[in-house]
Amino acid sequence: MARQGFNIRKQTGFSQIAIACFVMLYMPIILLVVYSFNAGTSIAIWEGFSWRWYVSAWANDQVQEATVRSLIIAVWASAIATTVAVLAALATTRTPKFKGQTAVFAMINQPLMVPEIVTAVALLIFFAMIKVATGYTGLLYLIVAHSAFCIPFAYLPIRARLQGMDLSLEQAAADLYASPFKVFTRITLPQLWPGIAAGAMLAFVISLDDVVITEFVKSAGQDTLPTYMLGQLRRVMTPEINAISTVLLAISVTMVIAFTVLTKVRN
Amino acid sequence: MTDLSLTAAKRASRRRWILLAPALILLVFAASGPLLITVIFSLLTPGDYGGVVWKFSTDGWFGVFAQRDIFDGTFGWSDAHLSIFWRSVKLSLITTVACLFFGVPTAYFIATRPKKQRGFWMLLIIIPFWTNLLIRTFAILELIRNEGTVNSLLIWAGVIDAPIQILYTEFSIILGMVYVYLPLMVLPVYASMERFDFSLVEAAYDLYATRFRVLRRVILPLVKPGIVAGSILVFVPSLGAYVTPRVMGGGNQLMLGNLIELQFGQGRNWPLGAALSMTLLAIVMVALIVYVRAAGNEEVQHG
Repeated sequence: MARQGFNIRKQTGFSQIAIACFVMLYMPIILLVVYSFNAGTSIAIWEGFSWRWYVSAWANDQVQEATVRSLIIAVWASAIATTVAVLAALATTRTPKFKGQTAVFAMINQPLMVPEIVTAVALLIFFAMIKVATGYTGLLYLIVAHSAFCIPFAYLPIRARLQGMDLSLEQAAADLYASPFKVFTRITLPQLWPGIAAGAMLAFVISLDDVVITEFVKSAGQDTLPTYMLGQLRRVMTPEINAISTVLLAISVTMVIAFTVLTKVRN
Repeated sequence: MTDLSLTAAKRASRRRWILLAPALILLVFAASGPLLITVIFSLLTPGDYGGVVWKFSTDGWFGVFAQRDIFDGTFGWSDAHLSIFWRSVKLSLITTVACLFFGVPTAYFIATRPKKQRGFWMLLIIIPFWTNLLIRTFAILELIRNEGTVNSLLIWAGVIDAPIQILYTEFSIILGMVYVYLPLMVLPVYASMERFDFSLVEAAYDLYATRFRVLRRVILPLVKPGIVAGSILVFVPSLGAYVTPRVMGGGNQLMLGNLIELQFGQGRNWPLGAALSMTLLAIVMVALIVYVRAAGNEEVQHG
């Protein structure tokens, strides 16, 4: 009788720790965003609302260049990664187990398992050799590196979507003498597109946010937004960094929410 | 008949490899291939200004743990490297335990919410997970630096006169890593709790088990796969962390990632850097194999 009316699911202190956890996760980010609107130069003392740091970040040549570079790399890398991931997903999904399957999966998922610093160092060594041999020091190295580590992020949602798809429509189209290409463009692709869009967005965010690999692969004067921010650590930090962070945050959050919606679209 | 089906199988196989080719070529070129080259570089002689001289040498691998005495040329343990290895393992373990302490109750909290609310709480965990790691590290940095929010508040409240040095200590690195890797703990633990049958808890209470006993004897054993997965997911990136110790440790408290970077910057010892990064990779692979084994065994036990 004494046990009546108490919630059996409750563990003492768990809810408090959970709430503390959510506060801990969000308070620093919220403060970061709030102080990006600070009128003063401090990141801890509030002196009123202003857009000045957004204006100054916008007018900063280095920030502009880094932003453009980040976007170029992210667009190319996500496009390349998504394209090759679609092809790879078509080859590895809805087929019986094939020879070399384990090796293929290990290769595709390698960027998820190997620590980023190890990949970064390996790319630094390899690209240094190519740089010496060819003399080329352009953006292509960064685009190739980003494309490669974005592949698993693009591949997983596309594969998940493909696994949930019915083969019968494609079989019906093939029975009606549609060419394999026509089956793909008219039947497979329209059904697959939420997965493709989700994969592309994930790849885009992952590329946009990358610090470690970019830091090691970039040639002199090739800062992206994150490596530019890392470089600012040594200087006196102003809310300008907060303003840049807030913009990047807004992009990530938008993409994550869009991603969540897209992966829930039913067949 | 057999010939026909054989050629069909061959055609399917050829089609598969053609479709896979672009991804595999890209990955060989910018992921697997460079790793093999790193192994080769770890066995070469360092060049004077970075880079390597193409001459075989095992000094890189010796340098991981050993050090040649500059006076008598004998080998001894490299104390500097050992202390960095030890710090990396220690801080990663503390980070994992702290993430367990905060992450398991949080996952439990989400799993016990009404079904309709769970998506919302999970989104709150997923958003930081996909948010730029550097930005989240900056957010914590701004909070705890000497002129940051915590110190300013404490001074304003009159609790302290001068700012407390929180930044650039081992504590600040742990704080940063717990903050950035916590979602990696909550996600798998929640995934295993979501399937958990809470009528088992009810049954245990009916048999007069205390709350703690229910937790220890009923809940924890059944969500163990999630806990193992979460621990590995936190431990592995902590061990290879580069950005967080650089930002929060400020170059005083090096971890493995920073030691590796040093060999390609000021240290100019590429073979040693290559050997160190391969050592890190080996430790991570062992951790992953342990995880796969543990996960495999769990499945067998619980069907």
